[in-house]
Amino acid sequence: MKPLVIAGHTFHSRLFIGTGKFGSHETMRQAIEASGCELVTIALRRVDLDKNPEGDALISKLDSEKIVVVPNTSGARTAEEAIRIARLARAAGGFTWVKLELTPNLHHLLPDPIETLKAAEVLVKEGFHVLPYINADPVLAKRLEEVGTAAVMPLAAPIGTNLGLRSIDMLSIIVANARIPVVVDAGLGMPSHAAAAIELGADCVLINTAIAAAADPVGMAKAFAKAVQAAEEGMAAGPRAPRSTADASSPLTGFLWEK
Amino acid sequence: MTLTVNGQSRSFAAIDNLAQLLETLGVTVGKMAVELNGRIIPSSAFAATPITADDQIEIIQFVGGG
Repeated sequence: MKPLVIAGHTFHSRLFIGTGKFGSHETMRQAIEASGCELVTIALRRVDLDKNPEGDALISKLDSEKIVVVPNTSGARTAEEAIRIARLARAAGGFTWVKLELTPNLHHLLPDPIETLKAAEVLVKEGFHVLPYINADPVLAKRLEEVGTAAVMPLAAPIGTNLGLRSIDMLSIIVANARIPVVVDAGLGMPSHAAAAIELGADCVLINTAIAAAADPVGMAKAFAKAVQAAEEGMAAGPRAPRSTADASSPLTGFLWEK
Repeated sequence: MTLTVNGQSRSFAAIDNLAQLLETLGVTVGKMAVELNGRIIPSSAFAATPITADDQIEIIQFVGGG
């Protein structure tokens, strides 16, 4: 496979990790390090002025020399809210990457395609490297590519569900048509799901819940890294296409009972 | 004076500028963003940004997220 390049940055690992839900910052740090992951997502929230005015130490645990840190716009319900969050992230930490995440319904957390496209247009013009989280919609993926997003991040299944590649047929169409990297995001629960996404032709996967909420997050991060690596190597080695009839592996001649 | 900070109404004795407000609140977050009445204020301008009664202030930090 050709190297993964997003917004001019070359990534050596096709596994991206979300930093939510980890039991501790130290576990998160170890999981990231053990996996070799080079891009993580983070979120923006109000400082808790009563309980913790000193703030969350998350950022200090992320080595921005080695890792691309991408704030998300989680919680935003409209393009306006997402744009506001992206601008705040840039003001707070100089972050120029943004994962556009617009989920108006807290029950299914599915992304709003119209608001996402609107926000992408504005943020691309403002110089952000925009990574939009979208439903596995090939038409929307193309429209986002046309407005200049750095990649598209179609979902495998709803966030945090661990269901695996439920959107597989639509993902195949996205992958076949995309001229920008495709990052399969959300819903991947097992390392085999991540491998299947890469084998499908996706450039990369983003995992959060499946790693962070595992009994052993560091072990699970390593397992996902291996699965993604195995799939990448398998793809590079030139897999044969499936066929509908048998093709014998053993010779069909020289049987003992032949006369 | 009364200010709305992170959505909550709070009373302060006397606050002249944004830097003073953050100090009073005990906010020492390394990387954070501040909005004053919907406008982002760069950290270099905190001390030079006056605060007046009824201002709305948002103090934002980074947390874990997917």
